[in-house]
Amino acid sequence: MKFIETLLNGLSMGSTYAMIALGYTMVYGIAKMLNFAHGDIIMVGGYMIFLSMTAVGNPVLGLAAAVIFCVVLGITIEKIAYKPLRGASPLAVLITAIGVSYLLQSSAQMIFGSAPKMVIIADLGNLEFAGLKVPVYTLVTLGCSVVIMLALNLFVKYTKIGRAMIAVSEDKGAAQLMGINVNGIITVTFAIGSALAAFAGFFMLMKSPSLTNTLGAMPGIKAFTAAVIGGIGSIPGAMVGGILIGVVEAISLTVPAIAAYTDAIEFLILIVILLVRPTGILGKKRREKV
Amino acid sequence: MALLEVKDLQVYYGVIQALKGINFEVNEGEIVTLIGANGAGKTTTMQSIIGLIPSRGGSVIFDGKDITKTPCHKIVHLGMAQVPEGRRVFQELTVYENLLMGGFSQKDKSAIKQDIESIYERFPRLAERSSQIAGTLSGGEQQMLAMGRAMMSHPKLLLLDEPSMGLSPILVDQVFEIIKDFRKDGTTVLLVEQNAGKSLAISDRAYVLELGEIVLSGTGAELAASDEVKKAYLGG
Ligand SMILES: Nc1ncnc2c1ncn2[C@@H]1O[C@H](COP(=O)(O)OP(=O)(O)O)[C@@H](O)[C@H]1O
Ligand SMILES: [Mg+2]
Repeated sequence: MKFIETLLNGLSMGSTYAMIALGYTMVYGIAKMLNFAHGDIIMVGGYMIFLSMTAVGNPVLGLAAAVIFCVVLGITIEKIAYKPLRGASPLAVLITAIGVSYLLQSSAQMIFGSAPKMVIIADLGNLEFAGLKVPVYTLVTLGCSVVIMLALNLFVKYTKIGRAMIAVSEDKGAAQLMGINVNGIITVTFAIGSALAAFAGFFMLMKSPSLTNTLGAMPGIKAFTAAVIGGIGSIPGAMVGGILIGVVEAISLTVPAIAAYTDAIEFLILIVILLVRPTGILGKKRREKV
Repeated sequence: MALLEVKDLQVYYGVIQALKGINFEVNEGEIVTLIGANGAGKTTTMQSIIGLIPSRGGSVIFDGKDITKTPCHKIVHLGMAQVPEGRRVFQELTVYENLLMGGFSQKDKSAIKQDIESIYERFPRLAERSSQIAGTLSGGEQQMLAMGRAMMSHPKLLLLDEPSMGLSPILVDQVFEIIKDFRKDGTTVLLVEQNAGKSLAISDRAYVLELGEIVLSGTGAELAASDEVKKAYLGG
């Protein structure tokens, strides 16, 4: 019974990681850059939820405000910081992204101070059935994430914009020859990634209400790890990697002997998987162009 | 007025000048070929015309509009398409999805479906493989797919960059038949080929490109008969 509770907890944490990992992997696949500041979008979303919870006290409105604000922020960051570097060296882009990350964290600290804010979204209590005791927020997180990820898969597979995203991630030049506006597709990608980050922030605050300007830092790194484990650039890979990291984390945290080494264990998994499959679990080996 | 006018086009890769100010034109309804050895600048010309590579001097006029600085995706919406060198079909998408991508600039969904049907009639092999991932097609099938994909946008001008490269002789003949069909349907064609014999035979006019410069021009028949072309491109 305890194990099933742990597993549900892991799946819910994992689906949160998966939501964040999707942002990393989609941006990497399409803009071919590592958006180091992605984790900090979660934090900004968190503060938006904090502000709207304080103002109107409605979590759904708070989530909506966070999603909208993060989407606008993500698009703006891309336009101002990354777009001028299209075609620049990957190192220049990475350093810029790290700069954006610090900018977001410092701005949040200047505006909101460094003392943690308590964001009590809603006390949903526990669900008890068949001898199990499961916090309702884990089920909400899991349910919402599954719906969002299914929707994302359908969007990518069956809409014109979604297919254009696959085309751009595979061959930017050929995509342009189809009449696809690559900059437009990059904008859409940042918008989707940022919206997913806002959801992740909401789920994280439901689980633990303490909000600081580094809320997104560690989950960001873990989710990036998850994206690489799943195969960077692969949407299903980010989902699989996220769930894997979440479940491993949940299990490891319940075993006293290894609980303290949970983060190390997750990164160890990354190393082992990359040794066995350098492209990640679902990553494809890119065909070299002739 | 020509459908495509290329005037003094200059393209650089870093400090190296790949196109040294080339001039040529393609009139409506023509098949025009650029022949030239490996590295002459044929692909550079094709990619620069359609806006994939920026030019540093000169201009490109298409259908009366100056498109020199127009981004590639907008040029495609104006009615130009290209089958790029190496085909570059989307390996992870199915045959059907690749054709859908070709119709990206089209608005009418039912017209897109009909276009795919007519491409399937022309290339029954593609119809059989409709739901197959394009990366698993043979080279010839990929070439048919790339050509079908380019036709999905109903281009006024189709640029074909070495469509016969790497294909068996039977498939090469088939490719040239298809190019003639394109013209019959009213599409103007700018063709780049190393296979000078076959391409000159179907061309109205042709240009010879050498090291980024046009060194000869004439009708297909004139060039096929010229000593210089015979010696350099027709194997004697
Ligand atoms: N991306 C590139 N970077 C640098 N030089 C290039 C690049 N692409 C082509 N070139 C050079 O430009 C010249 C023309 O190339 P290209 O247009 O591909 O010739 P062709 O298609 O006639 O074989 C060649 O000398 C080639 O090496
Ligand atoms: Mg070439």
